Amino acid sequence: MEILVCVKRVPDTAENEIVVNSKGTDIERGDLVYSVNEWDNYAVEEAIQIRDNAGGSVTVVTVGDGDAEEILRREMAMGADKGILLSDDAFNGSDGKGIAAILKAEIAKGQYDLILTGAQADDGAAQVGGMLAAMLDMPYASLVNKIEIVSDKVIKIGREIEGGNQEMSEIDLPCVLSIQTGINEPRYVGIRGIRKVASVEIPVHGAGDLGIAAGSVGAAGARVKRVDYFVPPMGEGAEMLEGSTDEIAEKLIELLKSKGGIK
Amino acid sequence: METVLISPAKAWILGFIPTMFFSLIIPIIGVACFTYIIAKRAAPLVRSKPDPRLDNITDRVFNMLKFAFAQYRQPRYMLAGVLHIVLFAGFMILSLRSITLVILGLKDGFVLPGLGGAAGHVYSILKDIAATAVFLACVVGMVRRGIFRPERYNVPKKYGKDHTSEAVFVLMLITTLVTCDMIFDGTLAAAQMQKGLPSEFLLPGMGAWLAAGMLSCTNLSTLQNLHLGSFFLHNLVFFFFLCFLPMGKHFHVITSIPNVFFMKLKKGAIKPVQWGVEENKLDELKSFGVKKFEDFTWKHMLDFYSCADCGRCSDQCPANAVKRPLSPRFISIKCREYAFKNYPIRGDMTPQDEHLIGTILSEDEIWSCTTCGACEAECPIFIEYIDKVVDLRRGMVDEGLVPQSLQKPLKALEKRGNPWGKMEKKRAEWTKTLPETCEVKLFENGDQAQTLYFVDSISSYDDRMQNIARATACLLSAAGEDFGILGKDEKDSGNEIRRFGEEMLFQDIKSQNTEAILGAGVQKIITADPHAFNTLKNEYTGLPPVEHISQTLTRSIKEGRIHLKSVEDETKVYTYHDPCYLGRHNGIYEDPRQALDAIPGLKRVDMLKSRDRSFCCGGGGLMLFYEPEEEQRMGVLRVQMASEAGANVIVTACPFCLVNMEDAIKVAGLEGKMEAIDLCELIERHLETT
Amino acid sequence: MTQPIFAYISHKNGTADDSAFELIVAAKKIDPAAAVTAVVCGAGAELDAVCSTMAAVYPDVWKVSNPALAYPNAEVLRGVLVSILPAGAITLAPHDTFGMDLSPGLSIKLNAAFVPDVVGIEGIDGANLKTIRQEFGGQVSTHVLCDISAGAVLNVRSGCFLSDDSKASGSVTDKSGQAGDCKAKRRFLEVVAAEVGDVDITKSDVLVSVGRGIEDQENIGIAQELADTIGAVVSCSRPIVDAKWLEKARQVGTSGKTVKPKVYIALGISGSFQHLGGIKGNPFMVAINKNPKAPIFQVADIGIVTDLLEFVPELTDKIKEMK
Repeated sequence: MEILVCVKRVPDTAENEIVVNSKGTDIERGDLVYSVNEWDNYAVEEAIQIRDNAGGSVTVVTVGDGDAEEILRREMAMGADKGILLSDDAFNGSDGKGIAAILKAEIAKGQYDLILTGAQADDGAAQVGGMLAAMLDMPYASLVNKIEIVSDKVIKIGREIEGGNQEMSEIDLPCVLSIQTGINEPRYVGIRGIRKVASVEIPVHGAGDLGIAAGSVGAAGARVKRVDYFVPPMGEGAEMLEGSTDEIAEKLIELLKSKGGIK
Repeated sequence: METVLISPAKAWILGFIPTMFFSLIIPIIGVACFTYIIAKRAAPLVRSKPDPRLDNITDRVFNMLKFAFAQYRQPRYMLAGVLHIVLFAGFMILSLRSITLVILGLKDGFVLPGLGGAAGHVYSILKDIAATAVFLACVVGMVRRGIFRPERYNVPKKYGKDHTSEAVFVLMLITTLVTCDMIFDGTLAAAQMQKGLPSEFLLPGMGAWLAAGMLSCTNLSTLQNLHLGSFFLHNLVFFFFLCFLPMGKHFHVITSIPNVFFMKLKKGAIKPVQWGVEENKLDELKSFGVKKFEDFTWKHMLDFYSCADCGRCSDQCPANAVKRPLSPRFISIKCREYAFKNYPIRGDMTPQDEHLIGTILSEDEIWSCTTCGACEAECPIFIEYIDKVVDLRRGMVDEGLVPQSLQKPLKALEKRGNPWGKMEKKRAEWTKTLPETCEVKLFENGDQAQTLYFVDSISSYDDRMQNIARATACLLSAAGEDFGILGKDEKDSGNEIRRFGEEMLFQDIKSQNTEAILGAGVQKIITADPHAFNTLKNEYTGLPPVEHISQTLTRSIKEGRIHLKSVEDETKVYTYHDPCYLGRHNGIYEDPRQALDAIPGLKRVDMLKSRDRSFCCGGGGLMLFYEPEEEQRMGVLRVQMASEAGANVIVTACPFCLVNMEDAIKVAGLEGKMEAIDLCELIERHLETT
Repeated sequence: MTQPIFAYISHKNGTADDSAFELIVAAKKIDPAAAVTAVVCGAGAELDAVCSTMAAVYPDVWKVSNPALAYPNAEVLRGVLVSILPAGAITLAPHDTFGMDLSPGLSIKLNAAFVPDVVGIEGIDGANLKTIRQEFGGQVSTHVLCDISAGAVLNVRSGCFLSDDSKASGSVTDKSGQAGDCKAKRRFLEVVAAEVGDVDITKSDVLVSVGRGIEDQENIGIAQELADTIGAVVSCSRPIVDAKWLEKARQVGTSGKTVKPKVYIALGISGSFQHLGGIKGNPFMVAINKNPKAPIFQVADIGIVTDLLEFVPELTDKIKEMK
């Protein structure tokens, strides 16, 4: 099975506060470190496991600048066979649809049975997978947390839906799936693994290579634009209790009692 | 000496077979079998990884004399230890006798060189005593193993079958050997007496004397048969025993002396990924760590062969105590059985190209180890566990088999130099709330100082542990040290990264730290974190001398640079918990105790398990991010031990111990009754400011 | 503006989802004068029941009935919507596991712009609609401009546009004839129910919910003790389940259980929308968190910035004393 996984390089923001810059045009990125989007990592692991069982190959692709190559290497160290970087100044400022269009152009150059994306990203909108499928006229399923290969024509999938339930479906190949965390346990990639693939050549495809008309993607082609960043006013709604621990506790007990919170 | 009985070298069986034939054939077959078996047992060692163990020969000989021949560690378990010493000493004496007996079958009247004359008589008496003592020790041993069955020897179902029958069988073999010897001597003495002829002096009360007495009225022909019978039974059992030893746990009789000779000499440092491969050539290795059995070094395989199954390691192992899926003893035993299966005595060798993890060992088992070193401190024959565990982890890391909960901290260490992924620029933030009297220089700002205070991640970033950093800074300041910190240029020391098998990350972080430290141009490094202390001291190279704050404190107190006031609360009873990486791995037991005792009026007790028998708090560094299945927390057990010792304050000298102790006090429900404090915090509170 | 607005109505067992009542509020925020149509797809009597409920809220209701629509399969419904919706329409859908499945592809097929997970709408500015989204787990917000000249699809976060008791006496139009063949390359098989634990957090009026801020499995006892004292049940956020500190059945959120308690005490929960998405019925919410900037403080009624590991045991003791 030929599998393509779309990945993205995102700032790792779990432990550190995000600060908006003084002009509100972006977040402060100077002190951020970047890594592969967590959901994408699950997608790559799933692709590798499918390949190991059913044969074929795994290609990872990303749209980004030269720095994005780092995450392709990380995923290749994990076990992906090939990486492709889609990079062009014309791609800058693309909205979700633009990114999907760039990916579509690359995918159209190959023959893939299965295309995976992460279900979402910390700085994203959980949209590219669905758009890509629609552009490719392939069936799509989001939030996939189980994949069972039935044949080379059809697979069985589970989607994580509300209440922790799982919606099982059959889907024809080729298809696009967005992968939810928890579908597997991604393997660890250390520095050693990355060094092993350090010299593997990663092809870079630009707008010209992909036959994308400048202006159809990038900021020019975007119909959805982020205007600014801001930190929403805090405490909106919440009445902050202050004072000594005793005072706070007493006040809280009173409030809880009045709301039926203490039985 | 004229003898009544025909000696084994001259007797005939059925009138036409000379017994000499048996005297010859038994040793020949015995030695041939033994040689064959040993060659088979050596087979996996030949395919193993290299391990240079021929350095420091003087130290090695000394260790061998002290730990192998003088059995130095045996009495740590008193009854079993004394029994073993009796058996071992008896064996030493009786081995000469056994050799003599074998040759006596070929050459009448043979004596070993040097044992003629008076020496021979003395030896004869010694041997009588030894044989009797061994006999008694065996009986006690059999009763103990067969009837009292100490807990330590139990084999839980998941680890296979019980070893009691093997132990008892061997004790019976030994009993047979010494009994034969007694009868051989006793029959001769009885016969001589019946004829009124002189005989070798038999020490009254000993086995041979008893045998002679009991046989004094037996007729000569029976005595003759018994004499020859016991002789050949002895030789038969002797060679059977020799060939039986390499079949199981009694292989240690042969391998433990060399095992002690080849022991690891450099404590505190993990073995390199592969001996003979430089750190900067590690990239060239195809595979890291131990994946299949043959990835172990020959010495580690010898360890497996040498394990006597005494269970002391697991008895001391904190992971085993809280019922984690780890028992060091069974790592050795499982690996030995695996070696025996794939390198059998009969049949072809079948080395398996399979990962040990998932076959005989489990991931959880190997991650369960805190590398506290209690097992290694206890093993009478110096079997190594930490290096093996780390090698197995290296193998798992290389395959990507890392628990999810550990992947994030490892990645954060790679990207940010601390396991929480906090920003580098916040590494020195703890200094912001220092009292004005205490100035901390920052090398990153171009400051100069004599001494580097290496803070390490947890004391830099953890809200609670920052207090240790501040106390340390105040103490250094009070002691008049001219010191500074690296700030954002400091990375995690990497002690735990290395022990979790992520060698390349460790190497990376080590070179970053080394560069920063050398760039600071200091004369000395001080740290309050034993984990940092251990790796900086034992695993980094080319650094200025490293000391732990407890050493600095004790020296400063002795030299009168720090004065301490009387203990704040005289009703408190303090106990000192030895951190593994300060105590066992680096032998620092006295400095922290002396520093505590320097507080006038402080009442201190030691816990039953202290110094090199200290009980791990649950582990530091990345262990904080990984909790295997367990019934209880190690810290909780430790806090209860402190309580049993009558203490109500646990003093540690390690931030990780403090984290675990404070947590454990809450979990054990001892809040208000027990508290934990770092040595630096306690001393800083008692600083006499003039 | 003359663009019509359509709201996709999620429903189950003949009952409309809460989002159905929120989408009309969002629609009015876009354009108070717009004609808003509810699109209800399904089959049988359940569909009719939902249509009549919606007719009391929306001025227009489009009904699409087909046995193939009995279970909401986004792959099938996307085709249906493409067939019936007029060009240039603005389509609203809930940002839930169904909406995430449906809408990105729908926007492509309708050649419309797409904005997912909308938490606020500031109105129309020329050809653009100004909306508010959140990024990085709700730590920062952004204003997003969306060119709606060729139509748009918006996925709206639940709970952001509270129902305003809109009343209407709408008419139901049957659009089943235009729905096409209702076939797709993805075929629904079944729903596998989540394992049921020993507790049912959905039945409790008071929940003490723990998040990452609890730091350690051992500390869950602190929350349990508070819960025991006030007669509540302990629930949690996803990281706690991922760490296997509590069972899945206790997880509140879009990937866990949806709860409707009267009182919700959040201990060390930052307040990601995935978590908040599982809390319905606007409970009285108390948030205790070390981080004063935790997004949970924006939605809570009462906020306390403190170390919960110290504060909660004291609170529990005080309540015990009081009793």
